[in-house]
Amino acid sequence: MATIAETENEIVEDFAMFDQWDDKYQYIIDLGKTLAPMNAEWKTDDRLIKGCQSRVWLYTELKDGKVVYHADSDAIITKGIVALMVRVLSEHTPKEIVDAPLDFIEKIGLKEHLSPTRANGLLSMVKQMKLDALALTAKN
Amino acid sequence: MNTPSSIPVTFSVTKVRADFPILTQSVNGKPLVYFDSGATAQKPKQVIDAIHAYYSSYNANIHRGVHHLSQVASAAYENARKKVQKHLNAADENEIIFTAGTTASVNLIAEAFLRSRLNPGDEVVITGMEHHSNILPWQQLCHEKNATLKVVSVNDDGSLDMNHFASLLNSKVKLVSCTHVSNTLGTINPVKEITSAAHAMGIPVFIDGAQAVPHMKADVQEIGCDFYAFSGHKVYGPTGIGVCYVKQSRYSEMSTWQTGGGTIKTVTFEKTEYVDGPLKYEAGTPNIEGAIGLGYALDYINAIGMEVIAAHEQELLVYTTQRLHEFENVEIIGNAEHKAGVISFNVKGVHPFDVGTILDQQGIAVRTGHHCTQPLMQRYNVPGTVRVSFGVYNTKDDSDRLIAALEKAIKMLS
Repeated sequence: MATIAETENEIVEDFAMFDQWDDKYQYIIDLGKTLAPMNAEWKTDDRLIKGCQSRVWLYTELKDGKVVYHADSDAIITKGIVALMVRVLSEHTPKEIVDAPLDFIEKIGLKEHLSPTRANGLLSMVKQMKLDALALTAKN
Repeated sequence: MNTPSSIPVTFSVTKVRADFPILTQSVNGKPLVYFDSGATAQKPKQVIDAIHAYYSSYNANIHRGVHHLSQVASAAYENARKKVQKHLNAADENEIIFTAGTTASVNLIAEAFLRSRLNPGDEVVITGMEHHSNILPWQQLCHEKNATLKVVSVNDDGSLDMNHFASLLNSKVKLVSCTHVSNTLGTINPVKEITSAAHAMGIPVFIDGAQAVPHMKADVQEIGCDFYAFSGHKVYGPTGIGVCYVKQSRYSEMSTWQTGGGTIKTVTFEKTEYVDGPLKYEAGTPNIEGAIGLGYALDYINAIGMEVIAAHEQELLVYTTQRLHEFENVEIIGNAEHKAGVISFNVKGVHPFDVGTILDQQGIAVRTGHHCTQPLMQRYNVPGTVRVSFGVYNTKDDSDRLIAALEKAIKMLS
């Protein structure tokens, strides 16, 4: 199992191949399409991370001491970025997740999507992923 | 849809564009196409220069000083009021109150006019296509007073159901408030007809002109409404300034709202005597440079001519609508016969946020989302739309760029 930093580096290397904005976005869109479907019964309003425009659902569980994330969005680009977050953070310990700097987002040129001014809820998504992990630490 | 009337040969969009410094830039490596004037319009250098001149040469507080600069600034501020009066064809300059914007104007009338007249069981009529700013102040007051907010239905094509409107008028209705032009659908509402029908029942009428004033001649005497509001920033002026037109005869029915400096004749600790007219509602030091800038913005559009702007934008509206129809999977939301300035659309099966993101990557600025009209989004059962809104500086070339960028977006997202 790769560490969070290793997965982040993999993603940065993947994105380094793209010279053009459209290749990069096409990759994100395709990632969005391949994200494992989220169990419908988890897509409830209380698991909705409210962004201004696209809706993002997050369901977090602890399996064998590791945090497992399930997520979905009704916008495909948001879903693609969510897929990247899940790939990086899922199946790590709560402490690893809380401590992760997540600077890959900036390195792959998607920083604007995590800006508080970008009305897509992704910044809230990252915060919620860390908060969920923290809550699961507290439970144990 | 209206057929564009003729545009005089003297109108040059190239010349207009040269007045807007912001439009020359590139976004994401592509020349900017600005199709978000419905959110806020860009500013011509005449407005920017006027604000600069105010702060460089005659900044002073107004209506207070005997000194030279205060006199100059006061005259400029009051001159801006006259420009607004002329632009709206109000009968008197005292009918023009400067506010912070349309939202502030709605709140002013809700508090200073409607509050004291609204009793339990009364009703306020609005329409299903109102901006949140023309819903919330009335809704809030209705909740507080145990009154009911009644909503005129919107037809499938985005026009108002006028039969439903007529059926909602009765003696319990204390105000009708309606948008002149829908910020989401572009529908031009028959505000004159609405006003006449309401007045026939003795009901006062508020018109939200935020999306109308930038695009067409808005004549408050012709409409006959009691209140009319618009924002400076949507009409090529600065942010933080707006207008509330109040028909002279309604002033006597208005109470004070926000009180403070500049609103009074005499003050003792026991009581205060207030001035009459607009200054009573402009407490504190107002947005002086905003009012002056707005005056220059109105000068700017009047020099071009509102009929010319309307015809130019109508041509863009028709052309862009036709080009959007080339896509089988693009659905335009709002197809009323009379439209201005705005096209809302969705690509079937694609979230508007995704379309907006890919358009932005190609230098096209549109707005996506619910456009502060969530009830209207629920009416059409969509999470939001992509909204293209026009300004005097837009060109058919902008529309062609949009269509090419949209083609790419659809290819990527489908």
